[in-house]
Amino acid sequence: MKGRNPALIWVGAGLVAIALLALPFALAQAGTAWVRITNFAILYVLLALGLNIVVGFAGLLDLGYIAFYALGAYVYALLASPHFNLHLPFWLTLPFGALVACLFGVLLGAPTLKLRGDYLAIVTLGFGEIIRIFLNNLARPVNITNGPQGVSRIDPFRLGGFDFGKSETLFGLAFSAPIKYYYFLLAVMIVVIITTIRLQNSRIGRAWEAVREDETAARAMGIDTTSIKLLAFAIGASFGGLAGGMFSAIQGFISPESFVLVESIMVVSMVVLGGMGNVWGVILGAVLLSFAPEVLRYTVEPVQKSLFGRSLVEPEVIRMLLFGLAMVLIMRFRPAGLLPSAVRKRELAERKE
Amino acid sequence: MNLLEVEGLEVRYGGIRAVKGIDLRVEQGELVCLIGANGAGKSSTLRAIVGITRAAAGSVRYGGAAIAGRPAFELVREGLVMVPEGRGIFHQLTVAENLAMGAFARDDAPAIRRDRERIFALFPRLAERRGQTGGTLSGGEQQMLAIGRALMSRPKLLLLDEPSMGLAPILVAKIFEIVRDVARQGVTILLVEQNARLALEASSRGYVMESGIITLADDAKKLLADPKVREAYLGEGVE
Repeated sequence: MKGRNPALIWVGAGLVAIALLALPFALAQAGTAWVRITNFAILYVLLALGLNIVVGFAGLLDLGYIAFYALGAYVYALLASPHFNLHLPFWLTLPFGALVACLFGVLLGAPTLKLRGDYLAIVTLGFGEIIRIFLNNLARPVNITNGPQGVSRIDPFRLGGFDFGKSETLFGLAFSAPIKYYYFLLAVMIVVIITTIRLQNSRIGRAWEAVREDETAARAMGIDTTSIKLLAFAIGASFGGLAGGMFSAIQGFISPESFVLVESIMVVSMVVLGGMGNVWGVILGAVLLSFAPEVLRYTVEPVQKSLFGRSLVEPEVIRMLLFGLAMVLIMRFRPAGLLPSAVRKRELAERKE
Repeated sequence: MNLLEVEGLEVRYGGIRAVKGIDLRVEQGELVCLIGANGAGKSSTLRAIVGITRAAAGSVRYGGAAIAGRPAFELVREGLVMVPEGRGIFHQLTVAENLAMGAFARDDAPAIRRDRERIFALFPRLAERRGQTGGTLSGGEQQMLAIGRALMSRPKLLLLDEPSMGLAPILVAKIFEIVRDVARQGVTILLVEQNARLALEASSRGYVMESGIITLADDAKKLLADPKVREAYLGEGVE
């Protein structure tokens, strides 16, 4: 942003802020479903930002990232639902979920620190599945997770008399539950974005960069590579846990099915497609990949009807087809992602030589 | 005063003993070299001293304190710094960013800036290329960068692992000049080299290592004149 007019930047930021504040009401015109979809897009942005710390900054490929999302979601669900008849307030359960995810991040990180690349990917993939299978089976002999049935009637966020789960009219505007959550998610997202950018530009960010490039050299520079890698796992996992808790509250129901391997791969795709290591790229990747399927869902059927008079291919099939095609095209023409980070661009350019 | 004292150092990789119990010492202000053929255990010795590889046995004392088993990153803060074999620069970072990485363990920004300018004065080539990425530098420039980066951490004892490796003869001479310069500025150096002649000419004392043991230890001048050294390492027949 060097050399640009600071006044212009403020005006631009102001316009973006107004657009983001007005967005849910505009979307609500098209249907509350779109506000809900936007909320899920923000959750994916949080997940992608968290994974970006592990994959993009520290260079550790994690294919089981969704497990942290699951942990955050289950911690919230179990502490705020009729399942255990616990109804703790969200300002307690949400950070606690992030903390639990963070601990598991360290737990996963510690034994796998010596692994790199493919080997690390395999272990993390296994970890993701282990968490999911545990959640699926921890119903007997003591019912902890309620197994495949999942946990339902999870409490929405409540703060005093303010209930995020209920619609109400404030200042003459209709605030539905998704709109209320939208503002909460937006605030969390902004905090997470600022945290991420500050981390990237800090000593810690530089240490991650060094570890990613050459671990031996990083150690010879006086970087405690063990702690710095654990820190990446811990911070990444806590972002995931935080997103998970909010997912629980918004959804009101969770089951192990929400946390399958495909979800992990989806988040990795968002990071890679958007531009590993570049915060804005990662956000773009998450937004695109979470909206695209929804847009297709609403367009595939009518387009086929008008072209062929009937529906030939199921929307779900065409969705995956187009999704795959888009991935191939982007990786072919923009291998460092849509908005690549400066260093990644150099890496790929060098590899070509 | 001995800045570095190594006694009975052993390094094992699985069942293989790469270093079989060696003794060596480096005095404050000295430039000492460790020469030997490929696979003699020279690099393993260095890596064990700085704690990147774990020593199987023996003691390493640095500044009078035992440091065996302490992690490398801590020792850097105490001035024990290694320039790894193959240089180990960060290819995708610029020259300036590489140097900044060298000062990672420090937090005195103005002094770091001054040191950077000092290094640019020492290596004008690096100053010209400060915005270029490490990977685009020539081998000689990369070695300069590796040494410059190590100097950014203000080392008391600098361990150089084969700085002349893979360089053209003219650059090798240049690198040795730099090593002498650095030594003259008061940095104690332990130099590992295959280029025995240049290493011995630059050093005050030398050690010769063969298959994991030190076979000779003497003043560099005496080693240069030693018939065994001349035959095995300097490529001269003995008359």
